[in-house]
Amino acid sequence: MDKRDVIVCRCSDLTLADLEALFNTGYKTFEELKRIARIGMGPCQGTTCGPIVRSAIHRRFKEPIERIPLHRARPFNIGIKLGAIKEAADDES
Amino acid sequence: MNPKEARIVIIGGGISGASIAYHLAEAGCTDVTLIEKGYLASGATGRCGAGVRQQWGTRLNCQMAKESVAFFERAEEILGYDGDVEFKQAGYLIVGTNEEEDARFAENVALQQALDIPAEHLTPKQAKRLIPHLNTEGVTSATFCPTDGHLNPFLMTDAFYHAASERGVRFKTYTKVTDVRVKDGRVAGVETTAGDYPADVIINAAGGHAQLVGQMAGVEIPVQSQNREILVTEPIEKIQDPMVISFSRNIYCQQTPHGSFVMGRGDNRPSGYTTESSWQFLEAMAQTAVTLLPPLKDLRVVRQWGGLYNLSPDRQPIIGGTEVEGFYIACGYSGHGFMLAPVTGRLMKEIVLGEKPSLPLEELSLERFDGEDTEAYEQSVV
Repeated sequence: MDKRDVIVCRCSDLTLADLEALFNTGYKTFEELKRIARIGMGPCQGTTCGPIVRSAIHRRFKEPIERIPLHRARPFNIGIKLGAIKEAADDES
Repeated sequence: MNPKEARIVIIGGGISGASIAYHLAEAGCTDVTLIEKGYLASGATGRCGAGVRQQWGTRLNCQMAKESVAFFERAEEILGYDGDVEFKQAGYLIVGTNEEEDARFAENVALQQALDIPAEHLTPKQAKRLIPHLNTEGVTSATFCPTDGHLNPFLMTDAFYHAASERGVRFKTYTKVTDVRVKDGRVAGVETTAGDYPADVIINAAGGHAQLVGQMAGVEIPVQSQNREILVTEPIEKIQDPMVISFSRNIYCQQTPHGSFVMGRGDNRPSGYTTESSWQFLEAMAQTAVTLLPPLKDLRVVRQWGGLYNLSPDRQPIIGGTEVEGFYIACGYSGHGFMLAPVTGRLMKEIVLGEKPSLPLEELSLERFDGEDTEAYEQSVV
């Protein structure tokens, strides 16, 4: 199958060909790929693309798969409205 | 020795180091190595608010910012970059809330206009015309410059990285400098987690960690690092063009081309190297943002993070040589190193190659802190 037809990241519309082009320019970790191409930053937050990217890194760089870290998760698994945070903060003071 | 044949090591793979690497290689330097402890833009560059403004309170900051904007406007063409660095000039609206600020705004705008920066001093009503959802209660005046804007920190760094690589610069990522070797008052090389690199010239562009790198060479740099936090919301349809900032309210907030809102504050913190996220920031940020820009109350926060401001005593950068021959520094940007990077690279190239400086370097020198309090103090910092 043509690598241009293999979708790696549905949220940011990235193909396997895109991913390999990034490998070729020197990017080789999830954290770097995320910042250049927004992989892992869409609605799925890496739950779909994470394992796919990891196995692509494994195949390309021959790293043992268990040693390839996924991206760092930040606070908030579910979005909270700014207004709700303000209201709670106002109540306290 | 021909300075273009010198063995040059740049410490730090943020926007400053990448720009310096590009400018040196473009000028013909043949032996340039950049060493970065993480990945490119993994420090303050990749954690910044992605804003670019020319509305500053000191002549030098205004000049550096204006010349950097001229570079960003043509960045893809200058660097031969295939992608888009997302430079979107939708302006910066700076909101004031008291008479003292109004007076300073008037002075700043006069200075900026004298330097051909198209900034204007506005009434609250005029400001509301630019941003209809701005709550002008308590707002006394504002300034606006239409050519300020947004720039993607990762892609801009990537553009410098590509252009520098094509010109022969070697990039060593995931490599940490552990010591700077100095012999008879001049640099000899750096020791890293991946071996030694002999060097004739070492450039400290280590951002939040610049003071530590200075100490490795025995150079005391009067800067301190502080954690500054930011949050980002879910992306929505475009509702706000300009970046909104206020020094007295303590906020900067913009809608990025991606649709998300990115916002931060400048709360004073103990100096150190933590970049943790706090609930104190989250609460204060929500209160400030929703008060000034009420429709933002319905936006969901999806992430927050911190990054290091490297603060100099007068909030202007330190760019130049040191008492150790061959050891140069570019640090102390006080939260605006990202937007000044093109000029940082150009000035460092001029210094290293002994060219005629294009800006008054004495105002950026490390020695300026030797005497009394410096005159030009940048007040316009969030």
